[in-house]
Amino acid sequence: MLRSPGGDPGMEGAGGVKARLSVLVLAAVGLALCGHGAVAYGQAAGKIVVDGSTTVGPIAKQFAEYYMSKHKDVVISVSESGSGNGAKSLINGVCDVADMSRFMKEGEFKAAVENGVMPVAHVVAMDGLPVVVHPSNPIKGLTVEQVRRIYTGQITNWREVGGPNLKIVKISRDTNSGTYETFETMVMQSERIAADAEYVGSNGAVRQSVQTTPAAIGYAGLGFVDDTVKALEINGIYPDRATVSSGRYPIARPLFMFTNGYPKLGSHLHAFVTLHLTEQGQEIVEDIGFVPVTNYR
Amino acid sequence: MGDVNLRQSRLMQRRASRRRRLAAFAGEGLLFLVTAASALVILFIFYYICRDALPFFRLRGFKEFFTGRQWYPSREPASFGALPMFFGTGLVTLGAMIVAGPMGVAAAVCLSDILPFGVRQAVKPIIEVLAAIPSVAYGFFALVVFAPLLQERGGMILSVGALLVGLPLATLLALVLGDALAMRLPHGPRAAGRLGLTALLVLGAWAGLGVLAARLSAVEISSGRNALNVSIILGIMAIPTVVSVSEDALFAVGRELREASYGLGATRAETVVKVVIPAARSGILAALLLGAMRAVGETMVVWMASGNAAHIPEPWYNLLAPVRTLTATIAGDMGEADHVTGSARYHVLFAMALCLLTFCFICNLVSEWAMRRSKAKLG
Repeated sequence: MLRSPGGDPGMEGAGGVKARLSVLVLAAVGLALCGHGAVAYGQAAGKIVVDGSTTVGPIAKQFAEYYMSKHKDVVISVSESGSGNGAKSLINGVCDVADMSRFMKEGEFKAAVENGVMPVAHVVAMDGLPVVVHPSNPIKGLTVEQVRRIYTGQITNWREVGGPNLKIVKISRDTNSGTYETFETMVMQSERIAADAEYVGSNGAVRQSVQTTPAAIGYAGLGFVDDTVKALEINGIYPDRATVSSGRYPIARPLFMFTNGYPKLGSHLHAFVTLHLTEQGQEIVEDIGFVPVTNYR
Repeated sequence: MGDVNLRQSRLMQRRASRRRRLAAFAGEGLLFLVTAASALVILFIFYYICRDALPFFRLRGFKEFFTGRQWYPSREPASFGALPMFFGTGLVTLGAMIVAGPMGVAAAVCLSDILPFGVRQAVKPIIEVLAAIPSVAYGFFALVVFAPLLQERGGMILSVGALLVGLPLATLLALVLGDALAMRLPHGPRAAGRLGLTALLVLGAWAGLGVLAARLSAVEISSGRNALNVSIILGIMAIPTVVSVSEDALFAVGRELREASYGLGATRAETVVKVVIPAARSGILAALLLGAMRAVGETMVVWMASGNAAHIPEPWYNLLAPVRTLTATIAGDMGEADHVTGSARYHVLFAMALCLLTFCFICNLVSEWAMRRSKAKLG
């Protein structure tokens, strides 16, 4: 599926790239028209197809942009169809890298092995979800249990958790987002968020709503939390780079890229899925607001 | 020779006329094509929305969608109760019409019957500029300025708003009611009775409003992203439509009716309330419907500032609770709900779009009918 950077230089000319690009465009159009994910694309050399989580997607996109600017002969296409679909694509051999904001499930592993695909996980970054409140809120911290009970509607007043006598305004990301997915699995577990919770469309909107609403509670990606809102200690741990990457902060998770087997050393694919280990990779991960796994400085 | 010349010129004439006919035909054809194309586009939109909406009903049936209150499209198993969204759309539209209806019609009356012509020419375009502001700007204002303001000074804003909308409405109602009651009095004390009754009713209405305003000023709003916020903003957005269309209807009543009314000794207020507004009734109804459609179809403002909580507030008329509308749900859920991830989740959005389209289509037909009726009546 992929070729090492050194192989067959004759085919790496501009014409080849152009032809491949047009094939890619055709494939994309065809894909859009027939509306099914499983079209055999990504078979051309020097091309990496990435599919999966919307949370990891931004990292993959930035990595792709950076990598393509360094290697003009490589085409990397990144689509975001959700972790589950990323796994599906990898199993069916239609993508090279599956972005996933969760680990592969047992069933997915089984299906992969039956299809002759051996999934290998690469942890590209850590993701933490600070729970934030208005700066005027005297509360310093909550437990995961308390946060869950607030969002299920069992706790409705800040007084019940030692705060002022104010009705709690719950703010959640929209159900489309990976942020919501993380929160749902790590905090809510299997309980439903109360129907009167407010939903907003972006991490920035969470911050905007919380910083203007004294009674609000919300959650957002680590990169979006600044001093206009107050991040709470959860189970006594304050969310920052150190506590998230060490796993002491409880609402944190690794973000994965899965490949079929460990990529051939020196191949483009190998370089791509290890980009997060380089200094540039760390910078990109930090810029997007995730916690890198490396510590250059 | 002459014969040949004649024949030739006739031939040329025939050719010219044929060319002219051909040109006319081509022109007509082109115009017909353009018209047909725009009609076809509408039909295609209808067809494609239906095509993507029907699979949802085939998968999940009608009952859950129209009567369910649980909206958890991403859970396993998912639930697709859209009743809260229908309710939210209805509540917000009703709120918007409470804001835009009285203000819009009052402004239209003012423009058509009270302000001098020159002022009218200057003021109407200014009101219509409101319609030109992009809705995302309204949404930004609602989220960043208005929502915090509601939280800080909610009570005051509520009472001032109630007075703004309530005062003219209550006064008008009291006047009309006073007149109607006075008609039942015996002829002798009618004039004095009318004066007393009206004064009593107006004062009563004002006192009631005062009490209401005092009550409202004590209200505290915990979150400014709620039905009230978007109702007011949507109302402001609907005002230009209401003003413009109902002003046209009022203007179309014409001088004859007005002058006849003055000729019978009616005052300007009586003429406006008893002659002009009733005569323009259908047109005003059309204006209100068009305004309501504007509010129903608005997406950006509600997505940004309504809170998007998929529930029916307790009690149902609680405008201070966050709500979620059909349009905001479609806009917000479209991202993840592609063909691949769970088809019911994708098709349910089209089912909502179909409901919206049907509603607006019916509204449009009714307002069209009302406008035609008012035109026919006024000749």
